[in-house]
Amino acid sequence: MSDSEFKPVLLGRVGRPNSQSLESYKADGGYKALAKALSMANTDVIETVKASGLRGRGGAGFPTGLKWTFLPKDINGPVYLCINGDESEPGTFNNRVLIEEDPHQVLEGIVISSYATRTTTAYFYLRYEYGRCYRVLKAAIDEMYANNLLGKNILGSNYSLDIHLHRGACAYICGEETGLIESLEGKRAWPRIKPPFPAIEGAFRRPTVVNNVETMACIPHIIERGPEWFMTMGIPKDPNNPRDAGSYGPKLYCISGHVNKPGLVELPMGITARELIDKHAGGVWKGRKAKAVVPGGISMGFMSEKELDTPLDFAGPGRVGCLGLGTAAVIVIDDHTSMVDVLYNACRFFAHESCGQCTPCREGTAWSTKILERIREGRGKLSDIDLLLEISSSIGTIPGSTICGLADGAAWPMKTAINKFRPEFEEYIKSGRKSESRQLAGAH
Amino acid sequence: MSELSPNAKKVIEEHIDRYPSKQAVTLPALHIVQEERGCVSNKAMKEIAEILELSPAQIHDTMSFYGFFRTEEDPLGKTRVWICRSLPCMLRGGEELLSELCERWGIQPGGTTTDGKITLELAECLGACDGAPCMLVNDELTLRVTADDVEKQVRGVQ
Repeated sequence: MSDSEFKPVLLGRVGRPNSQSLESYKADGGYKALAKALSMANTDVIETVKASGLRGRGGAGFPTGLKWTFLPKDINGPVYLCINGDESEPGTFNNRVLIEEDPHQVLEGIVISSYATRTTTAYFYLRYEYGRCYRVLKAAIDEMYANNLLGKNILGSNYSLDIHLHRGACAYICGEETGLIESLEGKRAWPRIKPPFPAIEGAFRRPTVVNNVETMACIPHIIERGPEWFMTMGIPKDPNNPRDAGSYGPKLYCISGHVNKPGLVELPMGITARELIDKHAGGVWKGRKAKAVVPGGISMGFMSEKELDTPLDFAGPGRVGCLGLGTAAVIVIDDHTSMVDVLYNACRFFAHESCGQCTPCREGTAWSTKILERIREGRGKLSDIDLLLEISSSIGTIPGSTICGLADGAAWPMKTAINKFRPEFEEYIKSGRKSESRQLAGAH
Repeated sequence: MSELSPNAKKVIEEHIDRYPSKQAVTLPALHIVQEERGCVSNKAMKEIAEILELSPAQIHDTMSFYGFFRTEEDPLGKTRVWICRSLPCMLRGGEELLSELCERWGIQPGGTTTDGKITLELAECLGACDGAPCMLVNDELTLRVTADDVEKQVRGVQ
C-alpha cells in the first residue's frame, strides 16, 4: 500500500462533529468489534491479535498478543489490565490526541483486551497534565456504564468489567510499567526488579498486563477487519533475521521542533524520516536544513542529516545507532542549533526525571548534566567528551547497572550526539565560548 | 479541628472500593487535599493515613517522591502555571518564555507572586509538542503561547 492510498485508521474520526460522543462513535460502526470479540472465545481474541503482528506502541515494541499469553493459564482470582497513559517522553503527544478526539476507540480496545486477558478490573493510569483527557474519558466511561458497555454482563454476555481512571502526579518514571504499578499502588514510582514480570506478579501482586493507549486503539480494528488486513500495512519481517518480528499496521508519528507544520500524522509503519519531514510536516522551517533528528522520543538518541532516509519502523533507527523506534516522536533540529545546547537539554531532562533508586542512573544523569553546564559556561575540557561517553556506556540495563531503562534513554542521546557530532563539541570547547541559549541552569 | 473537609473525606472514602488495597488511594487522596487547600499539611497527611489505615510516614514517603505536591511551608498560589522546557519546546522558545515570565513576575521557577495569585513552575514535556512552546494552567493545556498570551490568560492583563 502506498502512502497516498492510505486512509487514516486510528485518526479516521478526528475532526468529526462530536467525535467524542458514544452516539457518533456508534454511528460510525463503533462497538461492533466488541460485540464480535464477546462472541469469540477469549483465547481466539488473543490468537487474532497475535496473528496481526501488533507490537506495543509505547516504546519497547513488544508483541502485544504474546505479552497476553504470558499470563498464567489457570488463574484463580483477579487479573489486572493497566493502561499506560502516562505519555511523557519528550516529543510524544499521540495518546493525548487519541483520547481527546476519539475516547471510545481507546475504551473499546480496553474492553476487548480486558476480555481477552480475563481482566475484570482495568486501571487507566493517566498523567495528571492531561486534564482535558481526564474529563473526556470520565464522560465517555459514564456513557458506557449507562449503555451496558461496562459494568455487569456487557452487551448481554457473561462478561463484566470495571474501568477506573487513576491520575498520576507529574513523574516521567511512571511510564515504566513497574514504576506505573508501584505508583498505582500508592507508593514511590520505583521500578521493580524483573523477574517476576507483571504477567506473573504485577499490580497488587496479581497477574497484570500493562498496555499503551495507542496499542489499545489498534485492537478494535484488528478484531473487526482481521489480522491479514493489519498486515497489509507496514514493513514485513526480515526473512534473514529470525529475531525480527516485523513492523505491521498504521502508526502515529508525532512531529515537532523546527518544521513548518508540527503535528500528528498517521501512516503505514516504515516511512523515512526525510519523507515525513518534507511531505508531511512542510519541511524544515525558515528554509534551513536539518542538522539532527530524534526518531522516537529523546531517549532514542539522534540521527544525522545523512541518516534521514532511514525507515521509521521498529528496526530502522537501530541500524543507524539509535536505541530504537521508541514512541515514533520525531523531533527536528535545524542547522542553526548547537548540539551542545540540545544535549544539555536532554541530559537535564533525565537528571530531573531519574527516580533516584539506582546509583549509576541518579549520579550519572546528574554528573553528565553538570559536565555540559561546565562546557556551556566556557569552562569545558576536551577530556569531558570522553568522560561523557564513559558515563553513557556505564549506566542502564544494557551495561546491566540499573533496574529499568531510564538510564539507557539518558545514555543514547549522549552516545549519538558525541559520536555523530564530535567535531562540534571539540570546536565548542576549544573556543571557550559561553552558550547563547537562555536555558536556565539549576532547578534540576 | 479536622484539616480535611467533610467533602474531601467523603470523596477519599468513595475511592476505597476501586482498589484491592487502601494504600492505592494515596495519590487520589493527595490530589483531593491539594486541590482543596493548595498544599498537603502534616496534619492532613496524618488524617489521610488514618482513613487509609497507613502510617503517616507512608503517606509522606509517597508524597515526597512526586514533586507535584506541596507542603504547608510552601503552598501553591491560586493559579498554577507550568511552562514546558523540554527539547521540542526549547527549540521553539520555551526557555525564553520561562525566563521572560520569571522577569515579569519577579519570581523564580517554583515561586509564587507576592499577592499569592500565581505559582510559576518549569515543566518537563507536557505532551503538547505540536504546539510548542506550550503551557499548562492548573490541568488545562494551551498550545503556542507567548508571554503576552500567558499574562492575558492568567492575569487578565491585555
